[in-house]
Amino acid sequence: MKSAPFEYVAPSTISGVLEILGQNDPDEVKLMAGGQSLMPLLNMRLSRPALVLDLGRVADLDFIRETDQGVVIGAMTTKRAVEDSELILREHPLFWESTVAIGHPPIRNRGTVGGSMAQADPASEYPAVALVLEAELVAVSARGERTIPADDFFVTYLTTCLEPDEVLTEIRIPRLAPRTGWAFQEVARRHGDFAIVGATATLGLEAGVAVEPRIAVFGAGDRALRFPSAESLLAGQPATDEVIDEVAAQVAAAVEDPLDDAHASADYRRHLAGVLVGRVLREAAVRAAEASTGA
Amino acid sequence: MASEQPQQGGIRLKVRVNGEQHESVVDPRMNLADYLREELRLTATHVGCEHGVCGICNVLVDGQTVRSCLMLAVQVDGKEVLTVEGLAEGGKLHPIQEAFIEEHGLQCGFCTGGFMMAICELFDRNPSPSEEEIKEVVGGQICRCTGYNAILRSVQNAAAKMGASRS
Repeated sequence: MKSAPFEYVAPSTISGVLEILGQNDPDEVKLMAGGQSLMPLLNMRLSRPALVLDLGRVADLDFIRETDQGVVIGAMTTKRAVEDSELILREHPLFWESTVAIGHPPIRNRGTVGGSMAQADPASEYPAVALVLEAELVAVSARGERTIPADDFFVTYLTTCLEPDEVLTEIRIPRLAPRTGWAFQEVARRHGDFAIVGATATLGLEAGVAVEPRIAVFGAGDRALRFPSAESLLAGQPATDEVIDEVAAQVAAAVEDPLDDAHASADYRRHLAGVLVGRVLREAAVRAAEASTGA
Repeated sequence: MASEQPQQGGIRLKVRVNGEQHESVVDPRMNLADYLREELRLTATHVGCEHGVCGICNVLVDGQTVRSCLMLAVQVDGKEVLTVEGLAEGGKLHPIQEAFIEEHGLQCGFCTGGFMMAICELFDRNPSPSEEEIKEVVGGQICRCTGYNAILRSVQNAAAKMGASRS
């Protein structure tokens, strides 16, 4: 379990990173964020890059900022920094809740927000949360900067739409509409393991009627999945148990080709997707109702 | 020093480990666990799964617990590392170590260092953690002997000892 040899570089600026990418065949370079996914791949020699480009010294990628539109998180911000951020807890409690579901403290001390997004593990929490929060991901390359909606960012297993010469720099999370309820749940064999399946939702309520519901599931398919047809089935309907059960059943039916592996069968994953979507919608509806009546 | 340009072969590394300054030249691929064990001969940091799951190789880097198998040695350049060897002071065991002995928090002892380092960070963030908060941290390492109850009691005992020494 020792990595194959590689060259190593740790530039301290984004322009330094782009310069190194420009001097090398980008396919031979592996960007390292917190390393909590890449280091196991290196140790097991599943990844054998010629050059490891460590982003850990780029201080400009480590920040959490509030803007007029919401919150911006630098790609190299650790999960622990998110967990310790009053701003995230207040503005995006859903993002906070999904963060403390990831791994264990030593993993969150090193693992980064951008690293998880770019790794795009289908069972990872952040991509699903990015979908329901309609986050935007910002990437730079020598060719310039582009802003990518989360919907377009995650492509399939461990694959994003990032080009080999691009570097993810920040994640922009727009502010939720007032009185939006949210929920996040996952099923894992042990706390801190990758989820077998998880679900997350946001939802507004006006006079008991669902407004702009958003639903995402992770661990069920080749990437985090959002369910526009189930969302439109719920929108404008009263958020009753009956309606929510129907929406959850539609999500379960819409999961195409669920993962089937040693941890869980495809049938079980499909079943879990439905159960968890039902739970997160109910929980989000309760939060939305509390937000409307309270404070 | 980790540099702005790619390097193969040796990279110079300056790091303070358990209060002592070290300067080494390391292969980029050498992980922190192997550096501590093989270069510095600090073999109390044990190596279990080597892919971040078991938590046995936990050490503190600038006060934060990390899996030393998931960090490159070159990444601790300029940082402060604490290992199990750095817990006892002047021949006196750390209260966490004493508590593990008193509560039988170990049997074979292979995983124990990983637990103690994670618990160091826990106490640093929260001197009187609740049972739930302790479980969150204890659950980050794998012990195949104790069934964890004795470890939980060890942490509670250590919290009491350290609280008493503070007041």
